[in-house]
Amino acid sequence: MAKKKKMGLKQKYALLTRGLDWETTYQPMDKVFPYDKFEGIKIKDWDAWEDPFRLTMDAYWKFQAEKERKLYAVIDSFSQNNGHLGLTDARYLSAVKLFLTGVSPLEYMAHRQFAHLGRHLRGAGPRVAAQMQSLDELRHAQTQIHTISHYNRYFDGFHDWQHMHDRVWYLSVPKSFFDDAASAGPFEFLTSISFSFEYVLTNLLFVPFMSGAAYNGDLATVTFGFSAQSDESRHMTLGLEVIKFMLEQDEGNVPIVQRWIDKWFWRGYRLLSLVGMMMDYMLPKKIMSWQEAWEMYFEEQGGALFEDLARYGIRPPKYHDVASKEKDRISHEVWAIFYQYTHAAGFHTWDVDEAHKAWLSEKYPNTFDKLYRPRLEMWKGMADAGNRFYNNALPQLCTTCQIPMGFTEPDDPSTICFRSSEYGGDTYHFCSDGCKDIFDHEPEKYVQSWLPVHQIYQGNCGGASVEDVLKWYHLNLGTDNMAYEGSPEQKLWSQWMAGRHPVAAE
Amino acid sequence: MSFQIKTLDIEPRRQTFAYIARRFGADRPASRYEEATYDVQARTNFHYRPIWAPEYEIHDENRTAVVMADWYVFKDPRQFYYATYNQSRAAMNQVLDGNFDTVEERGMLARVAPEWLATAKAYLVPLRHYEWGANMNNFTIADYGYGTQITSAAAFHAADRLGMAQVLGRIGLLLDDQTGASLDEGHAAWTDGAEWQDLRRAVEDMFVVEDWFEVFVAQNLAMDGILHPLVFDHFDAAGQAHNGAPLSMLTGFMVDWFKDSSRWVDAVIKAAAQESDANRALLSGWYATWSARAVQVARPLADRVLGDVGMGEGAEAAVATVAEQLNARARKLGLDV
Repeated sequence: MAKKKKMGLKQKYALLTRGLDWETTYQPMDKVFPYDKFEGIKIKDWDAWEDPFRLTMDAYWKFQAEKERKLYAVIDSFSQNNGHLGLTDARYLSAVKLFLTGVSPLEYMAHRQFAHLGRHLRGAGPRVAAQMQSLDELRHAQTQIHTISHYNRYFDGFHDWQHMHDRVWYLSVPKSFFDDAASAGPFEFLTSISFSFEYVLTNLLFVPFMSGAAYNGDLATVTFGFSAQSDESRHMTLGLEVIKFMLEQDEGNVPIVQRWIDKWFWRGYRLLSLVGMMMDYMLPKKIMSWQEAWEMYFEEQGGALFEDLARYGIRPPKYHDVASKEKDRISHEVWAIFYQYTHAAGFHTWDVDEAHKAWLSEKYPNTFDKLYRPRLEMWKGMADAGNRFYNNALPQLCTTCQIPMGFTEPDDPSTICFRSSEYGGDTYHFCSDGCKDIFDHEPEKYVQSWLPVHQIYQGNCGGASVEDVLKWYHLNLGTDNMAYEGSPEQKLWSQWMAGRHPVAAE
Repeated sequence: MSFQIKTLDIEPRRQTFAYIARRFGADRPASRYEEATYDVQARTNFHYRPIWAPEYEIHDENRTAVVMADWYVFKDPRQFYYATYNQSRAAMNQVLDGNFDTVEERGMLARVAPEWLATAKAYLVPLRHYEWGANMNNFTIADYGYGTQITSAAAFHAADRLGMAQVLGRIGLLLDDQTGASLDEGHAAWTDGAEWQDLRRAVEDMFVVEDWFEVFVAQNLAMDGILHPLVFDHFDAAGQAHNGAPLSMLTGFMVDWFKDSSRWVDAVIKAAAQESDANRALLSGWYATWSARAVQVARPLADRVLGDVGMGEGAEAAVATVAEQLNARARKLGLDV
């Protein structure tokens, strides 16, 4: 008997997936799917959804299992062979610490929130797409934990990442970002995470961390990055499909989507200022400057995307011009914040050396020498005199992005930018017009913000002294925090390197 | 002589993450399941309440009436995290693919009695919608559940259900020469066929249950505990008299899956019931309601399938047998039955 021709994955997918759904009659559809109408997005035809993944579960299991086999082989080998000794420098790990405590918990949150969508979107196509992304995101959270687990065994600041994520002042920046998306309706969530984050900004978040790993000898993390790449391209495709689907379904959706794009562009951009700092200051071997990344990935690629979306009546996100004005400033401004609050952080900062300053000067010819070099040199002088600068006053935070108010006026890099709004008899403070606009549109949401500094003053963070608060964070004082110079990590690293290059000594 | 590679011996400064060391009372090397599962979900200091459910936090213990001092006592006996889960299912699927190839290449379905083939098609294909419903219900648990341990396993369980809905669809395609006609007929039977309506009503009723732990008991213990053994054991056994063995090769995935996943379902029920009398009473009540419902919806299906092949008088006994097995299982897990 002749073997029948095997069906293609796509055809098989359509027959085996789309047809599973039915119109419920014993319970009303609106009760079974209660959340996909209240945001005002009108969907006339769920079947018009173009499924971006088109995978049946058997193919999913097969591909993913194979990817995991390869990834874990590398992780095991890395661990077995003391792979951490191949890093460019232990200072690189500040970037990984920021990633595990700030980004990995968001991967997990994405898993849960896509599970919410995978249950609650009315159309079978988008529901299955959300389900697969939910599984992928769980993968990313778990493989990141496993990859970084090795570093936790040898280095500081990794040991209690989830506890820290729920409490530490600067981690409220990524946490509030994702909580904001997760507490929104399903279509806003898709716009925020799938489109704005995964599609528009992913080359400025995930990719710099993974490229940083590649440049700095972090074989384990970069292998994870490559392994996640095919998942991420699926997610990017979903992000673009979501936007087009909403825009094509009903004209009335356009202004709603535009407002979300405006909001989530700014929300994402502010979060990325931490990545900018990482790129310009934390990587011993640098990939490119934040400014170069912004120009390539947002101004050029993003520009082309928004030209394409113009036919739907979508314009580039509000305040994108402000972001471009700030591109030679924000990484320096954020580094300055973390340098002076390193005693309250789970990673180290350090005094920037001459070669690094020369690089910054070359990459930021209009700003570095004039605005930031003098400050770094002043701090270096203080440190050399045995008086390393730590700021013991608690900073004021922006109510929306929760970053300390260290950003400057769009047209004046020497003046801190302050904005404020009145609501319910109280005054709320913001770092920018973008953050103020977001608050003003939904003040009832943002007045709920768990602002770390307010919480400390209210006595909700372990006690009245800085030390009480840091213990409540579960920071190991004197090891996780403070300057890299003189840290236990630096001492160990020097010992390991000395043992590793005996011929190089004298 | 022994083969010995000298390696750099660097003493680790700690064996595992602090949250694992605290939980197990010692800084000892942890398994991958432990590091990627325990205490991963955010617990506190959420910034905003969901605008679609402002009575709850983003993750909230109060989304179920079950009360646990610690939500990480639901250890999955299979210790599935993403990698091991996918590897397990990929391996199971490889066996299934092999079986499909064998059945197809050797034309084995031609040996099955035609009336049994027609009957099997009539009960297997519509059942894919039941699995799809179970997929939704388990994503409800992954969504609203509390703690990574139970929610990650629920997400895997949900993916299994989509996978099995697709296996049942593949069987349909094999039976209809890849035209998809059987899938259309199955869909029509599911939405309109008399013997399916009690079941469909139960599935839709589960969709609107608000307490996710009740959904767990209803779907994963009660409904599956009746339907899976009835369909994949009893119906399949009835088919053996009609040379149904090739079909057994195609449904073997479901049999293996049920054994495998029941270990997890049992561990969850047992841990929750053991926690307190109040939990036990709650779970027992849900079990009573939903197992009775499962028996009720199974009956018309059993009458139809076994009746079709002249074994209708065995329908009552088949349902009674699976019901008794399930009751015994529930009793063993600590429920009052």
